[in-house]
Amino acid sequence: MDALDRRIVNGLQGGLPIAARPYAEAAAKLGVSEAELIERLQRLLDEWTLSRFGPMYDAERMGGALTLAAMAVPDDRFEEVAGIVNGFAEVAHNYARSHPLNMWFVVGAAERGRIGEVLAEIEVATGLPVLDLPKQEEFFLDLRLEA
Amino acid sequence: MNAPAGTPSPRTLDPLDRLIVVATQAGLPLSPRPYLSVAEQIGSTEEEVLTRVRHMLADGVIRRIGAVPNHYALGYRANGMSVWNVPDARAGELGRRVGALAFVTHCYRRPRHPPLWPYNLFAMVHGKSRDEVEEKVRQIAALLNADDLGHDVLYSTRVLKKTGLRIADKEEKPCSA
Repeated sequence: MDALDRRIVNGLQGGLPIAARPYAEAAAKLGVSEAELIERLQRLLDEWTLSRFGPMYDAERMGGALTLAAMAVPDDRFEEVAGIVNGFAEVAHNYARSHPLNMWFVVGAAERGRIGEVLAEIEVATGLPVLDLPKQEEFFLDLRLEA
Repeated sequence: MNAPAGTPSPRTLDPLDRLIVVATQAGLPLSPRPYLSVAEQIGSTEEEVLTRVRHMLADGVIRRIGAVPNHYALGYRANGMSVWNVPDARAGELGRRVGALAFVTHCYRRPRHPPLWPYNLFAMVHGKSRDEVEEKVRQIAALLNADDLGHDVLYSTRVLKKTGLRIADKEEKPCSA
């Protein structure tokens, strides 16, 4: 990652303008050509420096629902349970964490009712309880990180 | 960007909005006229797609359009989920103060599940090392002071899945094991 990559990552976390040629507008601000910006974005995605590029949708504003769920999985069943949990399309992220509750995942669905169904299906499929930790209040959301 | 308590009233998306969501939720096309590419894909016009996207941004359906960095690739390898037990009556005020700290990327109030899980405030702290995360957690503890009735930090040890939300995917099917 060179200095221009860093400027692109930092500059474009804040938002791409909504315009017919958004990359041209963003490129002008960064002092590069439209073609070079597009090429670099593609490379940053291919290298997984960026996990995605585009609109970030708010599932709840679309009538969808989200929750954070946690499970205490015995070590000798960890891979098996991870496979079951990850097999649900509704599971967006899943992290192993250092705690007796060692598996933490986000479940998103178009309808709130589906969240409860997914958690119940995971409990049945794994035989383990799932803690449902939906957000009750959000205080800040700024995912920007300095590159 | 403080959101009010509770779930905001959802905005109903019409079929064209949903087609735009499905076409762009994995990413915006990396072509000079990305909204024209989307329009061609869904049988609409560039102008209509731009209008819809502007409305969805104004309504908060789209939070922002831009780059989502991979924390690990940027060197933020220590990802600490700090969790706090604070008095319920003070959780709103304390959450706003913790959420305003520059190094806190997400801050939420969530339900406790005693006795297994006594914590009601979550603050995600990213750092380049565990030492850096722990120093930041000490700053949060100092800010909470007597309202810190107990806390813990859960580090992610492995990413098991990271696909992002696909809430409007028409092909979405649960595949239970």
